[in-house]
Amino acid sequence: MTRKDLGILILLIVLCAIVALRNPQFLSSANLQNMSRLIGMFGIFSIGVGIVIITGGIDLSVGSLFALLGVLMSVMLTEWRWSAIVVVAAVLLIGGGLGLLHGLLVTRLGLQPFIVTLCGLLLYRGIARYIAQDTTTGFGAEGFAWLRSSATGSLFGIPMPFVLLIAVSLVAGVVLHRSVYGRHLFAVGNNPEAARYSGIHSANVITGAYVISGGLAGLAAILIAFYTNSISPSSHGNFYELYAIAAAVLGGCSLRGGEGSIAGILIGTALLQVLRNLVNLLDIPGSLDFAVMGAVILIGVIADAISRRSSKSPRAAGRDLVKDISGR
Amino acid sequence: MEPTSSHDVPHPGASRRPSPGGRGRGTLQTLRMNGISKGFPGVKALDSVNLDLAAGEVLALVGENGAGKSTLMKILAGIYRQDAGSIEIDGEAVAFRSPRDASRHGIGIIHQELELIDTLDVAANVFLGREHTWGGIARFLDSEKMVAETGRILGRLHSTIAPRAQLRSLSLAQRQLVEIARAISLGARFLIMDEPTSSLTMAETESLFEVIRQLKADGAGIIYISHRLGEVESIADRVAVLRDGRNAGILSREEISHDRMVQLMVGRDLDDFYVASAAAGHEVCHACLELKSFRTRRYPNSEVSITVRRGEILGLAGLIGAGRSELAQAICGVDQPISGTAFIDGQVFAPKSPRDAIDRGIYLIPEDRRRFGLITEMSVRGNVTLPAVSRYTRVGWIRRGMEVTAAARAAEDLRIKVPSIEIAAASLSGGNQQKVVLAKWLALKPKLVVFDEPTRGIDVGAKAEIYRLMRKLATEGVAILMISSDMEEIMGNSDRVAVMHDGRINGVLDRSECTQEAILRLAVA
Repeated sequence: MTRKDLGILILLIVLCAIVALRNPQFLSSANLQNMSRLIGMFGIFSIGVGIVIITGGIDLSVGSLFALLGVLMSVMLTEWRWSAIVVVAAVLLIGGGLGLLHGLLVTRLGLQPFIVTLCGLLLYRGIARYIAQDTTTGFGAEGFAWLRSSATGSLFGIPMPFVLLIAVSLVAGVVLHRSVYGRHLFAVGNNPEAARYSGIHSANVITGAYVISGGLAGLAAILIAFYTNSISPSSHGNFYELYAIAAAVLGGCSLRGGEGSIAGILIGTALLQVLRNLVNLLDIPGSLDFAVMGAVILIGVIADAISRRSSKSPRAAGRDLVKDISGR
Repeated sequence: MEPTSSHDVPHPGASRRPSPGGRGRGTLQTLRMNGISKGFPGVKALDSVNLDLAAGEVLALVGENGAGKSTLMKILAGIYRQDAGSIEIDGEAVAFRSPRDASRHGIGIIHQELELIDTLDVAANVFLGREHTWGGIARFLDSEKMVAETGRILGRLHSTIAPRAQLRSLSLAQRQLVEIARAISLGARFLIMDEPTSSLTMAETESLFEVIRQLKADGAGIIYISHRLGEVESIADRVAVLRDGRNAGILSREEISHDRMVQLMVGRDLDDFYVASAAAGHEVCHACLELKSFRTRRYPNSEVSITVRRGEILGLAGLIGAGRSELAQAICGVDQPISGTAFIDGQVFAPKSPRDAIDRGIYLIPEDRRRFGLITEMSVRGNVTLPAVSRYTRVGWIRRGMEVTAAARAAEDLRIKVPSIEIAAASLSGGNQQKVVLAKWLALKPKLVVFDEPTRGIDVGAKAEIYRLMRKLATEGVAILMISSDMEEIMGNSDRVAVMHDGRINGVLDRSECTQEAILRLAVA
């Protein structure tokens, strides 16, 4: 765990303590269950987006992908009556496939990740609305038992999405911090040219990151669809990509690439969900929830910049700040 | 030859037109640098250098790579500050705290790497940072005025570049002219041109000379830095030679000749340096790398054919920009040659990527370590094992223990001085960083190692260790191609020296024929 992870973890604990003191409801099992369910769903795709950010890229498309995949799932399950296992495979394949497309556009054509995934954001939302004819679709009150339970069920009292998140994190943690692919990922994110000189096929490594992001978004799409149980194509998953980016950045991923950890992304995700919860529990008007999140993230980033500034020469810190702001 | 030449002025105050009140503040200016010294950590770049320049004069500044020309000019342009010595303009001492200061005093510099903004038009570049405006504090751009003025300046330089042309649509020669126009619009009376012709064609060079003559006629003083002694002969009124950070001599118009310049650049005392540092004799066997009619993107019209044998260090000498790095990159799969064939141990070898070359045992130690050699934020361990992490894995999972052991052993073998192999490569000294780059490859059974400027920016102690490693590799039968702009490095380490000029091999010298003068002659001709 890096110093940055530790700082954000302390912030998380302090926030939890404050909320718990102000409103004991925070520690009630219902609230904890609900919160960890949300952390589970958001954490899964935040890890994918975080991995893309480590390559120095960005993925803005996941929120719209949830709408598209949700609508498709509803069609596949209720109209075409495909079996659940086939649908799961299809959703993961489509998610990963679109990720592959993003990756190829970025690496083979040299398009900027921001543009590619922004187009994804617009495209997938539009296609979802078109397929659903802009009406809310869903899965009804009955059926699809095990799919449903993966989103709303629990294992030994722990919500299933959270269990899945733990599984995903373990795998992702090993891949990122212990496998050859992970090593290459950090190298490419930090210095793609030097990585190439070292014999790494940077393009393949980067493409892989987008595939992972798309695949994890597919998994999250299933959970989110059954969690809401109805999909209104124009709002389903709105802004979720920003939660993921915020979680990754809060968790120590640099938008310049080459930095980040799974632990950090998890803590960042948890922090965001605690903030949303806090708005509810502390009777802050719901309309302010984005404002609260924005303010806390800003404070966190400023604190980090200041602590770095004090540990380096002011000039070097200033340079870093400029680099942070300019994104590269 | 040139009617306006001010040739051979011992005292720059005097000039082609007698100045009214001796060295009054009339139309004629003189620039003087007295006893300039400048040190960098570990090196004395300049030692009491004197230089003077009169209005309407072209002074060529020549010297080998590293002789101190650029440092001296950076001091004059306010980029560096001298440790000792003074600068005078018209007899008045001036101190430049910044490039802006220098430009206020009429110093303009035309950089080797042109510093212009591609996405703006010519006029916007000429006036960048001091745009003409209207509307008081609203500061709206007065494009008309800027375009008109740019047009006037370019007209005076007999150029047809449109002030509204986008910079990126211009050729390199045209961009250079824009830089000159920018300097003039800043009121520059003394222009420094650093290798202005290094990327120009013959015709472009000739028209640049026309511009220089025009500037001269307008009373500007010009310092012309170049390695191309032929050009210096035809354009310079005087030549100042630097060697090892000191004045080596001044040649007046009549004295200027190719041989005289080379003589002063090399200096007699270093003539037989290579004999003293003769390396151990050893067996040289078959060819390892053979290039046949190799052509790189940088010099599409020049063919290279050379052979690097197993067990030898082939030095590749030449001036900066001769195409040596491009050749190295094409050999090592970073870039592809546009034609020609490479053979490794007699088999055709055409790498599509660095990976292909690495798999064949061909490694590049790149010139710019921080950009191409290292993942600077990654640990020393991570960097050392990067090209072959899979050696330390079991079913795709990195065994930290094996990796640490291997990296620690490499660090010890190469005497990389670090408190821990877990610290980021960025925090190491240049010498240690270079050893990390070497460590990446040494564990991998190299066949051919291409060193591009192996000791640039490295302290003396680490240099010696890198030379020792290089020789050790060679005696183990590895072929080594060493690109270097450091004459001592070339002479002290090479078994043979190939000299490159404008993308072609101008000659290959055996150890017995290789003197500084011989190398330099091939490099500048």
